[in-house]
Amino acid sequence: MTIEPLLEIKDLYARVAAPGGREILKGVNLTINAGEVHAIMGKNGSGKSTLAQVLAGREAYEVTGGSVRYKGQDLLELSAEERAREGIFLAFQYPVEIPGVSTSYFLKAAVNAVRKHRGQDELQTKDFINLVKDKMKLLHMDPSFMNRAINEGFSGGEKKRNEIFQMAVMNPTLALMDETDSGLDVDALKTVAEGAESLRRDDNAILVVTHYERLLQYIVPDIVHIMLDGKILMTGDKALAAKVDTQGYDWVDRQARQVG
Amino acid sequence: MKGQVMTQLADKNTHLSNFSQFDQSAGHAPAWLDSLRRSGIDRFEQVGFPSTREERWRYTNVAPIARMPFKLARYDGQGTDLLDRYSFGDEAASELVFVNGHFVQQLSKLGRLSRGVFAGHLPDALDSRGQQLEGSLGRLADVEANPFVALNTGFIRDGAVIHIPRNVEVDQPIHLLFISTTSREPAVSHPRVLIMLEEGASGTVVESYVGGRGLYFTNAVTEISLEDRAQLDHCKLQQESGEAFHVSTTQIRLGADARFVSHAATLGAKLSRNDLNAVLAGQHADATLNGLVFIGGEQHCDNHTMLDHAEPNCPSHELYKHVLDGKASGVFKGKILVRSGAQKTDSKQTSKALLLSDDAVMNSMPALEIYADDVKCTHGSSSGPVDEEQVFYLRQRGVGLEAARHLMTYAFAADITRRIKVERVRRRLEEYMALQHGLPLDLRINDLASHDEAVKQL
Repeated sequence: MTIEPLLEIKDLYARVAAPGGREILKGVNLTINAGEVHAIMGKNGSGKSTLAQVLAGREAYEVTGGSVRYKGQDLLELSAEERAREGIFLAFQYPVEIPGVSTSYFLKAAVNAVRKHRGQDELQTKDFINLVKDKMKLLHMDPSFMNRAINEGFSGGEKKRNEIFQMAVMNPTLALMDETDSGLDVDALKTVAEGAESLRRDDNAILVVTHYERLLQYIVPDIVHIMLDGKILMTGDKALAAKVDTQGYDWVDRQARQVG
Repeated sequence: MKGQVMTQLADKNTHLSNFSQFDQSAGHAPAWLDSLRRSGIDRFEQVGFPSTREERWRYTNVAPIARMPFKLARYDGQGTDLLDRYSFGDEAASELVFVNGHFVQQLSKLGRLSRGVFAGHLPDALDSRGQQLEGSLGRLADVEANPFVALNTGFIRDGAVIHIPRNVEVDQPIHLLFISTTSREPAVSHPRVLIMLEEGASGTVVESYVGGRGLYFTNAVTEISLEDRAQLDHCKLQQESGEAFHVSTTQIRLGADARFVSHAATLGAKLSRNDLNAVLAGQHADATLNGLVFIGGEQHCDNHTMLDHAEPNCPSHELYKHVLDGKASGVFKGKILVRSGAQKTDSKQTSKALLLSDDAVMNSMPALEIYADDVKCTHGSSSGPVDEEQVFYLRQRGVGLEAARHLMTYAFAADITRRIKVERVRRRLEEYMALQHGLPLDLRINDLASHDEAVKQL
């Protein structure tokens, strides 16, 4: 008996959704099984962040070819909110500020949208507060945080922590972490990594997109991919990440030229 | 050219003939009030309605008002349904109800106010404090400055007068409710309000302008005098019929250390124009002007504000927000005048518009006129659709597209509504917004405030 992968990307092409929009993904193949942590590494402009955004359903990109199956269904048929309700979570590289909406209200609305989708009762404020309390401790967050408008006036580190906090509350099936390490100092990095590690289970998966290896010292991946020019060029274990750390990306370019 | 002049005359004649009628039926008035009315109608006769060739009226064409043969509105015994909907009930210290410009005693609630506080209609005020009125009524709202003020002044008969004596605080809001009922012929009313707070007095006044259906014209003038250290929280909520015209002028004078907070909300009327002018006439006077315009369809709203810094060391803060849907159009002109002696003025003005449709139009114009050299004046203006980045962020967390847009709209406006201290006004605005956008079941926007309260105790 074969177990169906959690996520199966086949020959995926995508471009910027605008007249004459640049092609960014040029035939991505990637399979992620439940229980796995994958990392996609690559230089700026390799397409790794775009892949995360396309999986989350961002309409700024247009899929021009290939397929994505998630939990046995055609992911590309689903809207961004349907994907979220089906357990896909994107930790944003650049979380937006939303003045006028408190983090707590927003997160409660989000949790309840997912619960409703699953046929569960909506959480009342009291139950919601109990749910978030532990997660706030885990991410070393001040309770006042919940009353502030979403990301408004937050530092870069606070915004990233807020993303992982939300991720912990939402408890996704497939977590996409887009450059979560950028702009974090070592302490914040550890906190964020602990938060992500706490989510690691047999029935879900994490895809970490990063330029650098340092986050992967804390969230240790099972499988590491290197992306270049819109394609996954090579796949290996965490040793591949270590090699990027010591040698940079130049050897990847050389290898690509040899293959080409 | 000749034709145009003729039309102008005809336009004016409607109101001049209304005045003759009014003058014959108004009954006895003190000589000073008679001459005040005369000065108003004479001025109006002289200048007529403004045209879009005048800079101040460039973006608002009042020809539809000028053309309409309005009759003076009468009290017709109607309006109780609107009263039920808009009354503050027990939440008001006092509620004065005017129907079609006429004070209706039996619908009003003249509560037990603190000693010496007066909230009543003009004839009563003339009896009990005629001398004070003589020196105050028409003192701030200049008939020369605005033809609509002149017109209103010509028809002063039955207005609201509020007087809070020295160092007296009135905690609960005083509510002035102006109801317009549906009539067979288009009617005009000229509501007049005079608010006087003596030294150190404080209070909250809410002016509501509401209507059911139909075409009518409300031409309101409010004068507010705040003596030294007086504090007034003032709300003006305009929820006229969708076919109505609403023109208003609010003229405020602040003494030293006085504090004025204005929340002006526009939801109704097909065409509305509000002039809000505050003169900071004493040191350390502090004025806050917040505005919310929430319109759609073919509604047009023009807000002209003026912060006149006449004395040094005065801060002023201004935030106007427009939510425009359909083919609605909004105008904001915010003038800040810093006179030559007004050093250390600290003035901040922000105007933001959210355009919910491609056909909505916003014109936002800051106008800074500064004659002092040691001042801080900033202004910012922006307008655009709902931010798609923000919408995607919400959707990525599972919030539906419509709900996300609705939440963003709500949040945009909540920036104003949440500053409003009068619970009734805030609630009415929030309910209106939720209703307008259809409240999505998976996002109970209404409980935003109570939710935040609960979380504070985390």
